[in-house]
Amino acid sequence: MNGLAPVLGVVGYYEPWWIQIIKSIVIFALGLQIVPIVLLGERKLLGRFQGRPGPNRVGPFGLLQPLADIGKLAFKADFRPRTSIGWLFQLAPIISILTAAAAFSIIPFGDTVDIFGTPVGLYGVDVSIGPLYLFAFGAVAFYGIMLGGWASGSKYSFLGAMRAAAQLISYEVSQGLALLGVVMTAGTLSLTEIVQAQQGMWYVVPQFLGFLIFLVASFAETNRAPFDLVEADAELVGGYNTEYGGARFASFFFAEYLNILVVSGIMVTVFLGGWLLPFGINPPTFVDPFVVLGKMALFVVFFIWVRATLPRLRYDQLMSFGWKILLPLATLNALVTAILVVVLDS
Amino acid sequence: MIDSSKDWRPADDEIIVVHGPTPGGAGGAYRIFGETLRGLKTTFVNATKGTTTISYPEEKVPVYPRFRGRHRLHRFEDTGLEKCVGCSLCAAACPADCIRVVAAENTPEHRVSAGERYASVYEINLSRCIFCGYCEVACPFDAITMGNDYEMSDYHRSDLIFTKEMLLAEPFERSPIRAEGE
Repeated sequence: MNGLAPVLGVVGYYEPWWIQIIKSIVIFALGLQIVPIVLLGERKLLGRFQGRPGPNRVGPFGLLQPLADIGKLAFKADFRPRTSIGWLFQLAPIISILTAAAAFSIIPFGDTVDIFGTPVGLYGVDVSIGPLYLFAFGAVAFYGIMLGGWASGSKYSFLGAMRAAAQLISYEVSQGLALLGVVMTAGTLSLTEIVQAQQGMWYVVPQFLGFLIFLVASFAETNRAPFDLVEADAELVGGYNTEYGGARFASFFFAEYLNILVVSGIMVTVFLGGWLLPFGINPPTFVDPFVVLGKMALFVVFFIWVRATLPRLRYDQLMSFGWKILLPLATLNALVTAILVVVLDS
Repeated sequence: MIDSSKDWRPADDEIIVVHGPTPGGAGGAYRIFGETLRGLKTTFVNATKGTTTISYPEEKVPVYPRFRGRHRLHRFEDTGLEKCVGCSLCAAACPADCIRVVAAENTPEHRVSAGERYASVYEINLSRCIFCGYCEVACPFDAITMGNDYEMSDYHRSDLIFTKEMLLAEPFERSPIRAEGE
């Protein structure tokens, strides 16, 4: 195993194979449980921001609305445009959903705990290359969108996919550079160790600029308003998923919301101290996942809030903002952090 | 007589050109950030104000007292006789031609209305009615008035032809009336 370590990265903690399987099921189940809640929360909150109650017909307070939506999508006819490329058209949503779930697995919900005498980490996998793993799967997720747009055989899908590629590549650079500051400060790439390094102070304070850059870039990475040019419905009908319907569309939709959860989780882990609480509050270990989920909820609400507020950017504005403002700022942030780390260490 | 000195000559107009702030640069970034925060504050304040939605079938907006809804035919309260005497003035006034009246003679054994004649058939086709209220104005005996009921949808056109019995019956209290000063 050690021979492969430079290739795969050193895994921080080895667990029995059966725990790995259980964890992978739990992660998928957790994602599947949270996404409908986020979906409903988004529609409800968005309604509130616009002075209306949001969905309130299905179940008490409309709580069963996501279930009804999913049921509706699942039972739709399996439609495929004549111009589409068969297996690529089917592959694209699978890539999207798999990469989103894979990225979700590195978010640490807590430290290792003892379950029936076996130490288990409350995360999918603690890789020593945490952010790189994230960006690797983020890059593969592009293929889901690109293939989805390309294989649909429709000009709107294709335009949406092209935009997605340009946008995601532009903002991933800034996102990575923003994370670099934290990685240098913590001196590690493992997400659990980054959390533990925030024992004294959350990185949102010393790395505030990095936090802001990461936050803005995250909006672009998850195709959320005001950077939702990928599916600008006024111009592109629906972007890369125009030709998709039924369960395949649901997969894209699911992946999109899972990606929001992933970036929220990464921001919580990297900037808001993961499962740590401020002012020396040290709750028992079983509270940790709920602390993480609570902090993630803050970000999700913020995402919805921004969606209710800001109009969509123009394409050239998006590009010039990404390359002319965000990227120089992120580079500056990384440089200054590097210099400070060296100066303060010596 | 036109005073030529007051003629408008476009060339004399002083045009003030107002430019927006130039986009981009550090000032632009700062401005965008400030305006973003201001927008976030605006939406947040709006969210705390509550909803303005009226969940229609459960909640209803009260109508004004003079709202012109579904017609009603009236009886005299003391004698119980119909006010309508079958004169067909409403049908003549109706621009949509949706009222049909067939008059018949009152007899001492069979007295329906207070006058000489009564309406043996009185039908209003509500799928054609435009709710203008001319029938109400034309009626010399205030026999027909516009009510407040506006929920008249049905599944068949034939169900929208209201007969005399339906128009004479007390309507369901389905439309709340606006109170004074509301």
